[in-house]
Amino acid sequence: MSGLFDLVVSVVRVAVMLAFTLSLVPILVWAERKGAAYIQDRRGPNRAKILGLTLGGLFHPLADALKLLFKEDFIPDGAHRLFYQMAPMFALAPALMTFAVVPVGPPVVIAGREVALQVADLNVGILYIFAISGLAVYGVILAGWASNSKYPLLGGLRSSAQMISYEVSLGLSIIGLVMVFRSVRLSEIVASQGTLLWGIVPKWGVFVQPLGFLLFLVAVYAEANRTPFDLPEGESEIVAGFHTEYGSFKFSIFFMAEYVHMVVGSALIATLFFGGWQVPYLADSGFVLPGGAALGLPGPLVLLLRIGAFVGKLLFFAWLFIWVRWTIPRFRYDQVMRLGWKVLLPLSLANIFVTGLVLLLIGGGA
Amino acid sequence: MAIGVKKVARPRQMSGGETLYLLEILRGLGVTMGHLVRNVFRQENIATIEYPEVRRVMPPRFRGLHRLMRRPDGTPRCVACYCCATACPAVCITIVAGESPDPAVEKYPVRFDIDMLRCVFCGHCVEACPCDAIRMDTGWFTPPEHTREKLIYTIDMLLEK
Ligand code: SF4
Ligand code: SF4
Repeated sequence: MSGLFDLVVSVVRVAVMLAFTLSLVPILVWAERKGAAYIQDRRGPNRAKILGLTLGGLFHPLADALKLLFKEDFIPDGAHRLFYQMAPMFALAPALMTFAVVPVGPPVVIAGREVALQVADLNVGILYIFAISGLAVYGVILAGWASNSKYPLLGGLRSSAQMISYEVSLGLSIIGLVMVFRSVRLSEIVASQGTLLWGIVPKWGVFVQPLGFLLFLVAVYAEANRTPFDLPEGESEIVAGFHTEYGSFKFSIFFMAEYVHMVVGSALIATLFFGGWQVPYLADSGFVLPGGAALGLPGPLVLLLRIGAFVGKLLFFAWLFIWVRWTIPRFRYDQVMRLGWKVLLPLSLANIFVTGLVLLLIGGGA
Repeated sequence: MAIGVKKVARPRQMSGGETLYLLEILRGLGVTMGHLVRNVFRQENIATIEYPEVRRVMPPRFRGLHRLMRRPDGTPRCVACYCCATACPAVCITIVAGESPDPAVEKYPVRFDIDMLRCVFCGHCVEACPCDAIRMDTGWFTPPEHTREKLIYTIDMLLEK
């Protein structure tokens, strides 16, 4: 009986998370196109209609997906047939897998048993994330190399150099956080962000590790290949980079992978640095303000608030990805490398050092 | 004569805040968000013209789609002299002449087709016409169609415009 229960719970969790992540993709595509249009004083997509409804262009991503689905699925001459077909899967799968360890809410009790609201509560959480997100670069490199064409190859080379350089800062920027929260398990990191710092400020990662947050943010943008670090696909220089030779649904899988990367990146930023599902001053029983005032809330409402807070934070950071894209131009290649190795790396090392020093001085517990 | 030395303007030294980038990026984010909010709430200020529904008003001398003129009695003014077809650099005017029932007029166009897919809107046909029978003052350009055939404008369509 308990085995069956576990199985059902796991399957439901996987299904819900997958549906959640994938359904965010069209919404983000829409937000990207519409947001870009308004930022650039345009109107953006507003034509696709279902039953006379346009919903502000919300059907355009759907129409795009349908169109790509019906396009001819071709493999260019001279491409490595196997790797060429594998590359899109390699791009999408790691992005989806990373989301597995992100907790979307506190553990809930169902039928007398505690169920974590995340697909897998791994005790190596952060290490798992790095291991899997390190695989994402294979999709890009394989696509670039297997296409047998010069621009994809350049894009692939760029992305391998960029991802490897920024992975270092990405990893190091979190070490400080791990030192403060003394765990690499994401659910524990989130749980310990529920306490207050000096009685008023929520102990979110961004308040204890502001520099770490900044470094992580930059590194995540570079890892997700988003502007200002979208060199692997710099349209104005190398056509479309690694996916130049891709068409039909293979292309849209790359497209989806990019947005899933955004979702996962936003989820990680929210989880590690903005308290995940924690709402400031919201305890299990309701709001408890620092002054002593309290407002009792029923348990299910608290749960909903918390999941809502997580989704809200995630959407905000996803929007930040889009917002930044339409604000800053792309870096030049040497600038990307200089920023990665000469600025981010020393800063993240300094951050670890200072964090260690402070922890030592105040007696090992913050 | 001494060789003149031209001083090339160098970009000015960036201030400390600017070299940090972050503050400038935040300011940039402010600018883009300002545009977004303004455009969401004041949609009428967006310059985009919703094309098929709203037409842009063209300047009065815009060289647009052709039309054929009529005489006061309604017959086409064109005398099928082939001047326009000869002048046309794109060879897109097809004329078939017929004998006019009116004794005062020698010929009239039985067919007068302009292939809009080939026309380059140069206006030579208008220049060439001896009786001001063809004009390009409709103030509009070729609308999109689903088939090529629909873009070969016949004499009836040209007289309608
Ligand atoms: S505008 Fe020029 S190209 Fe067009 S029909 Fe007249 S002469 Fe020919
Ligand atoms: S030049 Fe004028 S009159 Fe002569 S065929 Fe053309 S439109 Fe008719």
